[in-house]
Amino acid sequence: MALGGLGREQSVQELIAKSREKKGKKFIEKLMPIILVITALISVLTTIGIVFTLIFETFEFFQRVSITDYLFGKEWLPFSGSEPLYGVLPLILGTLKVSVIAACVAVPLGIAAAIYLSEYASDRTRRTIKPILEVLAGVPTIVYGFFALTFVTPILQELMPSLKIFNALSPGIVVGIMILPMIASLSEDAMSSVPNSIREGALALGATKLEVSIKVVLPAALSGIIASVVLAVSRAIGETMIVSLAGGATPTFDFNVTGSIQTMTAYIVQVSSGDAGYGTTIYYSIYAVGFTLFIFTLIMNLLAQYISKRFREEY
Amino acid sequence: MKYIDDTVVMKRMKSRLTYNKIWKAVFLLATSLALLTLVILLVRIVSQGTGYLNLDFFNNFGSRFPEKAGVKAALIGSIYLMLIIAPVSMFLGVGTAIYLEEYAKKNKFTNFIQMNISNLAGVPSIVFGLLGLTIFVRMLFLGKSLLAAGFTMSLLILPVIIVASQEAIRSVPKEQREASYGMGATKWQTITRVVLPAAIPGILTGTILALSRAVGETAPLVVLGIPVILQFLPDGLLSQFTTLPMQIYDWAKRPQEEFQFVASAGIIVLMILLVIMNSIAIFIRNKFQKRY
Repeated sequence: MALGGLGREQSVQELIAKSREKKGKKFIEKLMPIILVITALISVLTTIGIVFTLIFETFEFFQRVSITDYLFGKEWLPFSGSEPLYGVLPLILGTLKVSVIAACVAVPLGIAAAIYLSEYASDRTRRTIKPILEVLAGVPTIVYGFFALTFVTPILQELMPSLKIFNALSPGIVVGIMILPMIASLSEDAMSSVPNSIREGALALGATKLEVSIKVVLPAALSGIIASVVLAVSRAIGETMIVSLAGGATPTFDFNVTGSIQTMTAYIVQVSSGDAGYGTTIYYSIYAVGFTLFIFTLIMNLLAQYISKRFREEY
Repeated sequence: MKYIDDTVVMKRMKSRLTYNKIWKAVFLLATSLALLTLVILLVRIVSQGTGYLNLDFFNNFGSRFPEKAGVKAALIGSIYLMLIIAPVSMFLGVGTAIYLEEYAKKNKFTNFIQMNISNLAGVPSIVFGLLGLTIFVRMLFLGKSLLAAGFTMSLLILPVIIVASQEAIRSVPKEQREASYGMGATKWQTITRVVLPAAIPGILTGTILALSRAVGETAPLVVLGIPVILQFLPDGLLSQFTTLPMQIYDWAKRPQEEFQFVASAGIIVLMILLVIMNSIAIFIRNKFQKRY
């Protein structure tokens, strides 16, 4: 039998079924990319959703409160019935207090840990410690908040009797512990990517390990380290549960870290867990505060991206 | 002529080496300090919470009395919430990753999507809560329901899942795709039968890690207005519910000292849930991941 005979043996129905299958295949080939583009657009829509939600509701807020009062007001008293005051500076200051304390804890410790892991530790030590740091990064923030309130604050009160139950110091330290693994891990990545040949060159010239770490590796990895610090501080600014549990709810415009404070995030939580009716000025105020917070973190994130791109050393 | 004075060099060398040793100890101390905090945190919570951890704790609903308080509604709520987040975020995340890795051309639009994703990852979770409150709770009339919270949390962890899936898909070697095309397979057939099976361990690991972040998340739920004490289990997608972190938040805020112990017990339950999820992720990574 010739090869051509094979084709003739197929019945007409089989041929029709085959061509239908082909058409179906073609249809799927064309349909799937469209579905996939739509899923990809959801992430863009999320960003647009966030920006528009915040802008619209903030706009509504500024119909009721003047924008200069909001930006430059030094008193945040939204719940005072007769004359509520919406000056955001105390909330921003509260956030900055916590973030600065957190950075003071996390930056030296994180970079020191990164230097140890990248330059001194053996391969085996590094492979055991890094996952533990990841566990530390995976602890839910509510657990850290509980830890700050029930463990760190009492210990600090023993050391400083003037410390209030709610203060900026304890959540600041704990937020620092929370962002420490991020700085350590990202900085370690940056330092590990410095090629070994450079280290060996310095060692061959007689430098000690410390001199290699500080004078050779650290400068070479600086862009990555700074980017990691900026990202971590941005995380600290957006941190919510630790500061609402241990920070208190008293927005103050001073530089005192032993008394009760309120951060931007803690204010949003306070209003949300209470019963601020839909449509009240207080309801819209959380969007204005959220928008302010969003701008802060967005600038920090863009800065981190810019630093790591612009100042990257290529080897 | 002698350029180098040996005694001076020896002296300086000694001090340089001592500095090296001292700083090595300092660096080690900093590293161990981080690990020590983890140990203190765990020891403290376990020692406080185990007393309250018994069968009743799992069978009781939230209560005003510490000895009657339990995690039943919260634990079930957390699990239901996960059951919504997992399929939604995986469908969107993996879909986006396939599009970006397999279909998208290198142009400005693709760059824009990619940049958008990395910026979305840096948005504080509480801002996602505000988004969910406006879009899902109010505009789509979903109320303070499982579905509204599930959608909000899905969007929150979407960037993490996209990035993990992209990495998994990218690690499938090009030769495998070309072999598939060579056998006459279409693009979609290649994706579903060659690329995805090879990438699925990486995708699953990333998804489970992202889910465990969602399970521990509190801030967006507070903003959505999820209740803290419920006396019933959720019975549908639009039902009210509460989660473990919300319940812990409520207990931690209460002034009575007993509630500290109840909160610790709740944290133990939450941490066990997270450990289980992470172990599954690590198991999948070690067992099924192929290296090319």
